[in-house]
Amino acid sequence: MHPTDFTLRGALDALTEGTISSVELTQAHLDGIAKLNPRLNAYVTVTAEKALAAARASDERRAAGQVGALEGIPLAIKDLFCTAGTRTTAGSRILDSFVPPYESTVSQKLLDDGAVFLGKANLDEFAMGSSNTTSASGPVENPWSRANDPDTRLVPGGSSGGSAAAVAARLALGATATDTGGSIRQPAAFCGIAGIKPTYGRCSRFGIVAFASSLDQAGPVARTVEDCAILLKSMAGFDPKDSTSADLPVPDFARACERGVKGLRIGVPKEYRLDGMAPEIVALWEQGLQWLRDAGAETVEISLPHAKYALPTYYIVAPAEASSNLARYDGVRFGTRVTEPGSDLRDLYERTRAAGFGPEVRRRIMIGTYVLSAGYYDAYYLKAQKVRALIRRDFENAYAAVDAIVTPATPSAAFGMNEKQDDPVAMYLNDIFTVTANLAGLPGLAVPAGLDAQGLPLGLQVIGRAFDEETVFAVGRTLERAADFTALPRLRAGA
Amino acid sequence: MSYTIEGRTGPWELVIGLEIHAQVISEAKLFSGAATEFGAEPNSQVSFIDAGFPGMLPVINAECVAQAVRTGLGLNAQVNLWSRFDRKNYFYADLPQGFQISQFAHPIIGEGAVEITLADGVTKTIGITRLHLEQDAGKSLHDQHATKSFIDLNRSGVALMEIVSEPDMRSPEEAGAYLTKIRQILRYLGTCDGNMDEGSMRADVNVSVRKAGEGFRTRCEVKNVNSIRFVMQAVEAEARRQIEVWEAGDEVFQETRLFDTARGITRSMRSKEDAHDYRYFPEPDLPPLVLESDWVEALKAALPELPDVRRARYVAMGLSPYDAHVLTLEKETAVFFETVAKGRDAKLAANWVTGDFFAALNRLKRDVADPPVTAENLGALLDLISDKTLSGSLAKQVFEAMLETGKAPGEIVEERGLKQVTDTGAIEAVVAQVMAANADKVAEYRSGKEKLFGFFVGQTMKAMQGKGNPALVNEVVKTALAG
Amino acid sequence: MSLDTATIRRIASLARIRLDESEVQQAQAEINGILGWIEQLQEVDTEGVEPMAGGSPVAQARARLRPDVVNDGGQADAILANAPDRQGEYFGVPKVVE
Repeated sequence: MHPTDFTLRGALDALTEGTISSVELTQAHLDGIAKLNPRLNAYVTVTAEKALAAARASDERRAAGQVGALEGIPLAIKDLFCTAGTRTTAGSRILDSFVPPYESTVSQKLLDDGAVFLGKANLDEFAMGSSNTTSASGPVENPWSRANDPDTRLVPGGSSGGSAAAVAARLALGATATDTGGSIRQPAAFCGIAGIKPTYGRCSRFGIVAFASSLDQAGPVARTVEDCAILLKSMAGFDPKDSTSADLPVPDFARACERGVKGLRIGVPKEYRLDGMAPEIVALWEQGLQWLRDAGAETVEISLPHAKYALPTYYIVAPAEASSNLARYDGVRFGTRVTEPGSDLRDLYERTRAAGFGPEVRRRIMIGTYVLSAGYYDAYYLKAQKVRALIRRDFENAYAAVDAIVTPATPSAAFGMNEKQDDPVAMYLNDIFTVTANLAGLPGLAVPAGLDAQGLPLGLQVIGRAFDEETVFAVGRTLERAADFTALPRLRAGA
Repeated sequence: MSYTIEGRTGPWELVIGLEIHAQVISEAKLFSGAATEFGAEPNSQVSFIDAGFPGMLPVINAECVAQAVRTGLGLNAQVNLWSRFDRKNYFYADLPQGFQISQFAHPIIGEGAVEITLADGVTKTIGITRLHLEQDAGKSLHDQHATKSFIDLNRSGVALMEIVSEPDMRSPEEAGAYLTKIRQILRYLGTCDGNMDEGSMRADVNVSVRKAGEGFRTRCEVKNVNSIRFVMQAVEAEARRQIEVWEAGDEVFQETRLFDTARGITRSMRSKEDAHDYRYFPEPDLPPLVLESDWVEALKAALPELPDVRRARYVAMGLSPYDAHVLTLEKETAVFFETVAKGRDAKLAANWVTGDFFAALNRLKRDVADPPVTAENLGALLDLISDKTLSGSLAKQVFEAMLETGKAPGEIVEERGLKQVTDTGAIEAVVAQVMAANADKVAEYRSGKEKLFGFFVGQTMKAMQGKGNPALVNEVVKTALAG
Repeated sequence: MSLDTATIRRIASLARIRLDESEVQQAQAEINGILGWIEQLQEVDTEGVEPMAGGSPVAQARARLRPDVVNDGGQADAILANAPDRQGEYFGVPKVVE
């Protein structure tokens, strides 16, 4: 077995048994990166030397009997997580030279558990996008391609496209990601892997470059549901440095994966049966529900009456918060500065921000600025936050009758790199199934569940109650086991 | 008669409201663990949070919240158990995040009121609209380089209380008295040191003018005025400017202005021209600030005595309202006075503190916090007066010696033999000598020229080098002359 | 609602993003497209609804307070390390006229 083909769980077992070392495991991944990253562009920065040094240190710890929960496991870190001493760009030109002197809480927790960082994963600029085509470091390619059209390069989804592509192509055993409107679940689905956005407050946001503070949540992507559970256990936990971090114990998520779904009531939101939805998506959804019934769950139709307003709500709240969060990129304390001879401060700001931000980021900053501006706040931002409260209430009502909700993860499989690029609204519709969980702060897991007619992966989504990731993992693992998803992307290490 | 400024078209009234920015006394900043100390090396008291680095998040300092609540209680104001932070968005070189975290829609403290006392003894109530917590910005230095401004973020993130008044003031004097009063209350509470030189208190002054009987006209805001005297000057300068504008047939535009202290005028602030659309929205990085009423009650129970209460207590002790006012202006003065007065005649103590002691402070340019004689020694001096060891005039001599030497009064009396003579026999002997030497005057007195009485007292005291007990000397002279 | 080019320029100015003339037109079309799509929110009845204040799924979320302890700062070099124009112990910017 090629070392990059391990699941994270399998690699941990092999390390424990001594059949492989962290250095060997890390080197195998670095070899894969050297070979495939020039094409996939999943990594923005590869920290090969640091990774090997960390792997050696891990092997020494293991030899000395100090074994962390992720001891020796090579991971990719989305380039939105600040990493001390390693350049952190957020996929933006405006941060292309930024070296944080501090470590994000989540990545620190992974390091504390013995993980090895291979490098920083590509992403949509400031995590704004659903195709990973807005990165200043160039687009990421999905390692999958259409069976009947292998030459058309596909997007990996976004914004965590680099994380998802790296994991799918066996260039990491798992990766950190973030999800503001679907940025973990949509790329996971497009790349045929699993990914969970936990409950808002489960993972600390400290040290993660902010996009939209009330929606951003970190989570893992990995090739199995259990691997996600292992990673989330390490990433999650109360952090006094994040005022929105939840002061709750972190359950044993991996154990919850094996709970089964017997007796669970699974909600099926009728509003998600969209007109014109692809028949294969409808079929996959129905298949997933059948698998759950077969495993002893009951499926119940529920109503989320305000779900159809989720995307427009999101496209007010997220840009508004982003317009404020991104005001700090002004070319004064860090990052790229652009001036002309004789520039005054204002000119410095305007040139720096025009040159430093890409078109999608500029567009969202402008929308956010507009919806917060004098005279429009009530009509847009306040209205959106009220609709958001209604969406949250819809879920509360639904969870009176069900334990989890299952939906498709995305309205389609991965699309071509040149598709949907001219119409922002068409691009935004990618998040139609995922965005409600962000607005309501709820956990959502994407599980690979099947292939479309062209052999591209499709995913299902499990949404749970607040802080009930355990049920989400139990449902997700049941779907995963039933789906028995064994298809492989064409581009992958060890192939 | 209310205060007016006379223009070409007649008298104008002034309408003044103040927004006072008071730096909260706390060890660490409002949202970060960096220190708040004044005068540190540039950028040495800065966390990545204060500098607005990527991924940094605010966490609220409990003590800053407690200080705001104490201040609210001291201003007789409503404490809001539910409040919230908002972002005020604007770009400025010393505003690292591109927004200020403030409380816009839901301040921690609501309406309150303070009473000010004016020079003529008249009191007036000034309404407090609100008090909210916010973070300070950094500092721009414009004089370090020919073409650049330098940014120091040490102050960035320090907790400020913004105390907003109603537009209740009508004269520069009232504005000055209000700022003085707020400063006094905050210093008593220990929530702000009131040090205006170091910028820990500054005021934005809102001024408009109007004809008698009118509603409000357009106001202008004079930003960052940093002394009580300048506030009074800025009010007058800005009011005169506006009167000129109106009288020239023009319109006053709402704008932000700066007070040029050197020239005594206000001028428009270029950098704030388009900063008016602040795009406030709730700070998503901070959940609402919810206080427990028990906690607020505990803070209330532990509040120090406030100046108004203290002043009333002094009046009840027999002090004149004026002395009570003067002695309570500064907490340190009141504490000094109370040490002097403890177990002694309060009026005598007040006379000495407001009289000779204040005069000495003035003359020696000293401060009550660093007094040239200690309260204990001044108290001991009063004891020597009360037990008749010293007469009033001797006491003044001893006080001067205390100022010079710093010694205790008992020691000085001992060394210099300044003890008052209360031995009636000794006084009688001196009076007899004086009468013998002035037999003609004795005769005159006895024939009805009674105003010569003072002459005999004076001669006796002179002969005794001022050490005779004045009351006894009077008595003995009277008896002796009566023959 | 449709934004005119003057509004687009004003927003860009508020956001401190320089827009060339050619970009104004494009931004106008894109932003109006998005705003037009967002407009559907107005049909939701939100009478009497408390707006959500943050992202917490728990409606009664409240801020946690930290003790007043100095445990940060004293790192001027790290603070200044990424500065595009470091001037000694300060950040440098073009001279600001107040």
